[in-house]
Amino acid sequence: MRSFSQLLDGLVYTRSRNGKLALIADYMRGTPDPDRGWALAALTGNLDLKAVKASAIGDMIRARVDPMLFEMSRDYVGDLAETVALLWPKGEETDDGSLTLSTVVERLHGLSRAEAPAALAAMMDHLDAPGRFALLKLATGGLRVGISARLARTGFARAFSLDVDDVEQLWHVLQPPYTPLFHWAEGRAERPDPGGMPFFRPFMLAHPLEAESIDLNAYAAEWKWDGIRVQIVGTGRETRLYSRAGDDITGSFPDIARAFSGDAVLDGELLVKGDYQGGEAASFNALQQRLGRKAVSAKMMNDYPAFVRLYDLLLEGRDDLRPLPWTVRRDRLETFMAQLDPERFDISALIEAPGFDALADLRAGTRDAAIEGVMLKKRDSPYVAGRKAALWYKWKRDPLTADCVMMYAQRGHGKRSSYYSDYTFGCWTEEGELLPVGKAYSGFTDEELKWLDRFVRTNTVNRFGPVREVEKSLVLEVAFDSIHDSKRHKSGLAMRFPRIARIRRDKPASEADTVEGLRRLVS
Amino acid sequence: MSHWIEPHPTGIYVRPADAWIDPSVPRERALVTHGHADHARGGHGRAWATRETLAIMALRYGTAAGAAVGYGEDFRLGGVSIRYVPAGHVLGSAQIVLEHAGERVVVTGDYKRRADPTCLPFEPVPCDIFVTEATFALPVFRHPDTGSEIDRLLGALHANPDRCVLVGAYALGKAQRLIAGLRARGHHDAIYIHGALERMCALYGSFGVELGELRLATGLPAKAMRGAIVVAPPSALNDRWSRRLPDPITAMASGWMRIRQRARQRNVELPLVISDHADWDELTGTIREVAPNETWITHGRDEALAHWCMTHQMRARALALVGREDEDEG
Repeated sequence: MRSFSQLLDGLVYTRSRNGKLALIADYMRGTPDPDRGWALAALTGNLDLKAVKASAIGDMIRARVDPMLFEMSRDYVGDLAETVALLWPKGEETDDGSLTLSTVVERLHGLSRAEAPAALAAMMDHLDAPGRFALLKLATGGLRVGISARLARTGFARAFSLDVDDVEQLWHVLQPPYTPLFHWAEGRAERPDPGGMPFFRPFMLAHPLEAESIDLNAYAAEWKWDGIRVQIVGTGRETRLYSRAGDDITGSFPDIARAFSGDAVLDGELLVKGDYQGGEAASFNALQQRLGRKAVSAKMMNDYPAFVRLYDLLLEGRDDLRPLPWTVRRDRLETFMAQLDPERFDISALIEAPGFDALADLRAGTRDAAIEGVMLKKRDSPYVAGRKAALWYKWKRDPLTADCVMMYAQRGHGKRSSYYSDYTFGCWTEEGELLPVGKAYSGFTDEELKWLDRFVRTNTVNRFGPVREVEKSLVLEVAFDSIHDSKRHKSGLAMRFPRIARIRRDKPASEADTVEGLRRLVS
Repeated sequence: MSHWIEPHPTGIYVRPADAWIDPSVPRERALVTHGHADHARGGHGRAWATRETLAIMALRYGTAAGAAVGYGEDFRLGGVSIRYVPAGHVLGSAQIVLEHAGERVVVTGDYKRRADPTCLPFEPVPCDIFVTEATFALPVFRHPDTGSEIDRLLGALHANPDRCVLVGAYALGKAQRLIAGLRARGHHDAIYIHGALERMCALYGSFGVELGELRLATGLPAKAMRGAIVVAPPSALNDRWSRRLPDPITAMASGWMRIRQRARQRNVELPLVISDHADWDELTGTIREVAPNETWITHGRDEALAHWCMTHQMRARALALVGREDEDEG
């Protein structure tokens, strides 16, 4: 248990992604089976023991420690598992090494709710404080160490110099503790057979367009829709949806999964529409209502019905279309559409433009809230993982801009933790007050960051914990992709992708934009 | 009924001696337990303290008027017999033992019970009224063995030869104890220090505390500090000062590091639970040992300690002194 609890502690305290990956990789290499497999299951959220309820843990500790002192401690520490791990009365504060992670998992697996507290208490006595913390987190379900399942799998892949996408293919076929996966990773066994289970394929991505012009005979143009990129994987028996990061998001969009029964893999943009939004694809703001939900109510699905606008067809049955040119895949996709429910699926239309200049005009002229820009796809491009030069380009709509006044600043994270790099900025109300309209922490160069940091330090008028309020004198030109109504902010506005475009040292704060002016840009 | 010792928000007043213990505002006569800013202030008419504490006060506040008190020596002020005994907190730290009208009162200031190579160990004195601190008075605070915490620091250092370990440690006491602890664990490489520690380390040296080779981190190129330990005050950890260092692993030595969220809030990657205060077991164990009729609690988690006294049939009261407890200390 000791190496696992050390891994958890390390993941809690390490900030950098690379540092976290190194910790996971070291653990996976240095830990025997089946412990490391259970650890991988716990880190990827595939170990659902839930042997004990939080209330049972409260009862356990109250039977051993003065209840008043426990309450005071919990108020101070915050987290129940951490409080109990620290409070647990025990003579020697050591891990006697008698409990492995597998032993713990096996014991917790077989327990009824009634016998769990006694068994848990017996195990607590063999562990040190970090070990008790890990045990309690395992027993109550949910480690919350701030890493995604994909990151854990990437760490595993790194441990054995594997391609994470290769691991991804096998992932949903195997069950914890994944012993065949480890044996294969170490070259001691054959590759497990993925069989007929759905799995994620890495997305093909686009570079930003930097060229002045592009030949439309070689490249096809289509709109870039402002939803979330989604991959539909159907096996005929089962359908799953994956996000761009490879997370399984089927649970958030059962309406889509239910509507698809084919044996194919498709790439598209998930959007919402409906009468609520006037029947058309709605802005990203509307889609946000549906994101990140474990369970979706019928009302939610009715108010914000989801659909997928398809871009590409990767596999059809056993036929892997990815090596074929885009034109061939596009033809196959158009044919494939016929079998899909038009309420839930449509195809991303191609833009017909006689030349690049005409395309530029179309791009500049569009006012559709769900359009983020234009995609340019090389007509003979295969579907390849990641960003490959000169195959696909994204050509975003020119951003909107506004001149805002810096109001508050906060330190950044990681490498930027010594810099005031997160800025809250505002615009003027009719009463002549500044109202915050957004927050940005990118867009500036390293040199500009140093300057901004110095500005914050020398112009601080107030401190609220980590936040510094600054003299309202600096105008920032803020660029953003779009702006929407929002109930969450006092100004009633929310910007999408705000970033600092320029520092306007030349402009007096009084000449910055007004909230009213911003509202006119709402799409 | 008023007692000859009176707790006030600004300090403890010893009426028959007309003197204040650790007053937070300037007073004519002050009895000072130790040199930390929440106990020792400048501007008193006259301060009674150990030789070491007076030197620290002179360094920090430029105060001159002081009466040096040797550990264990008796002196009288008004009708009160006064003696300073070691508190084990930092160099020069003392408990103040006061006797008057057949009653003995011990004021601990801050204290700890663990071994510390930079100061004399705490000496328990049985008494009628025990006036104690309570910084870490919750049963979640059980400080681990200091040696094993220092070994974790050395482990991280040796595992990352291209980086440095930057340790945040309070400038008075914790920094010197950490350095001495590293020496005791066989680490004899030069240790780099922030400018704010320089004079205090020299002061410790002048009182015979061996700290080995210390170098000023200021003005050096980053690569000079690769594979080295750098000690700085906690406030410098996430500030501009640390930008010059070679990809530092940020550590902090404090009793607060026992709580994960506390460490994360400060962006600490390597929390070291090394404290100059008594932990829960030491606080309660010490009360049992000195067996007072009454325990007064000056500052910290006073409610929890008072509750513990009550449930163990001992009288206790929380004094709620102001301006105590600096989070960076501990």
